[in-house]
Amino acid sequence: MNTANSAVARDDTPRAAQFPAPEIIGRLAVSTSGFVFDPVSGASFSVNASGLAVLRAIQAGATDMATIVHALGVEFDAAPAVLERDVMEFAGRLRKAFR
Amino acid sequence: MKRRPVTVAVTGMNARPDNPGPGLAVARCLKESRQFDARVLGLSYDALDPGLYLPQWSDASHLLPYPSSGEESFMERLAGLHEASGFDVLLPCLDAELPTLSRLVPWLDKLGVATMLPTAEQIRLRSKDRLNELADEAKIDCPETKSVFREDFFRTATDEGFDYPLVIKGLFYDAKITHTQDEAVAAFRRIAGEWGLPVLVQKFAAGEEINLTGIGDGAGRLIGAVMMKKRALTDKGKAWAGISIHDEALLAAARRLVAATRWRGPLEVEVMRGADGRFSLIEINPRFPAWIYLSVGIGQNLPETLVRLAMGEKVAELPPAPAGILFIRYAQEVIVPLSDFEAVVTTGGLHV
Repeated sequence: MNTANSAVARDDTPRAAQFPAPEIIGRLAVSTSGFVFDPVSGASFSVNASGLAVLRAIQAGATDMATIVHALGVEFDAAPAVLERDVMEFAGRLRKAFR
Repeated sequence: MKRRPVTVAVTGMNARPDNPGPGLAVARCLKESRQFDARVLGLSYDALDPGLYLPQWSDASHLLPYPSSGEESFMERLAGLHEASGFDVLLPCLDAELPTLSRLVPWLDKLGVATMLPTAEQIRLRSKDRLNELADEAKIDCPETKSVFREDFFRTATDEGFDYPLVIKGLFYDAKITHTQDEAVAAFRRIAGEWGLPVLVQKFAAGEEINLTGIGDGAGRLIGAVMMKKRALTDKGKAWAGISIHDEALLAAARRLVAATRWRGPLEVEVMRGADGRFSLIEINPRFPAWIYLSVGIGQNLPETLVRLAMGEKVAELPPAPAGILFIRYAQEVIVPLSDFEAVVTTGGLHV
């Protein structure tokens, strides 16, 4: 496999393509109430229970959509496709927040 | 720990809500010092400055003549106050005082007054019209700034690469973001009228403003640093609420600035962080900011540290300050008996 193909393969993983950089998610202070604070930018916002579960999963080391959806599935009774759509939407909002 | 007695004269006790001076906040930090049992002499230029009438933060209050009214009368007043009140340290808080007071450091030394002030050269280096040179030295981006003496400049500004929006700034204070030639000319006239010439024109740096305040030890070290993101602004763009942050890149940039200048004394570094994460240096103020009480809130009392340095103590670099502590400013009325106001107006002092 050449380097260019590897890069393409990495970029195609939903986790890498959709969420802000892992170091950004990793540095967030996330409270059990869903209040989130970024100690570098000073920004804060609130997330709902599913958003909280997604952030917790990523901070715990989830690196791909399947793992995040699986972690959500443990807490929420919904079809994987629905969960995946929610995760995609949430990732979009996070990208905007950290643009 | 037994707190050591010290008397500190602090200037800038004005506290207009839209643009407060730092003196009152500095005095409050000193009164809450764990190291010092501080007696504060609040020094002001206006009998209506509220800090003169707040004995919880200013044990004695005095009016000063403006430095612009002549160095001699300024020195005479300081010498008289020193003789009467015997202050150990002078901690000036206003930009406009610093060139004069920096020149007077040898005289203050002889008087027995300790200071921790930037040198005249350091003050010149951080002046708004020379910021680009300093930024180059410290390897920080800085939007191009031009000293402008005539409003005609705005007719041809775009030809010179100064496209709108432009930030129009006074040499000491004030800044206005302008989007058209008319707005720029109006801002130029207002600022020139208030602060004199030149007026500075700076290219607009997009992004979010973050600030750092700290102390340079004069040997190239940044002793302490508190970083803050404004969360609510006054009409003049001053912080009405803010939150402590920790940004390693900003800290590194401030360390480079302090090392490049061998900065001595307090400073405030204002930067814009662009969407790409890069910093643009907007301004360096050679004093503590009005939000300095946040330094007490996060357990890093910078005015106390400055007094220790001024008194010749060796101070180790302070540990990193925690992120996520907010301040929210509020305005309050001070009730002043006519006799107190009369004392300030007629004798130039109170609680003496």
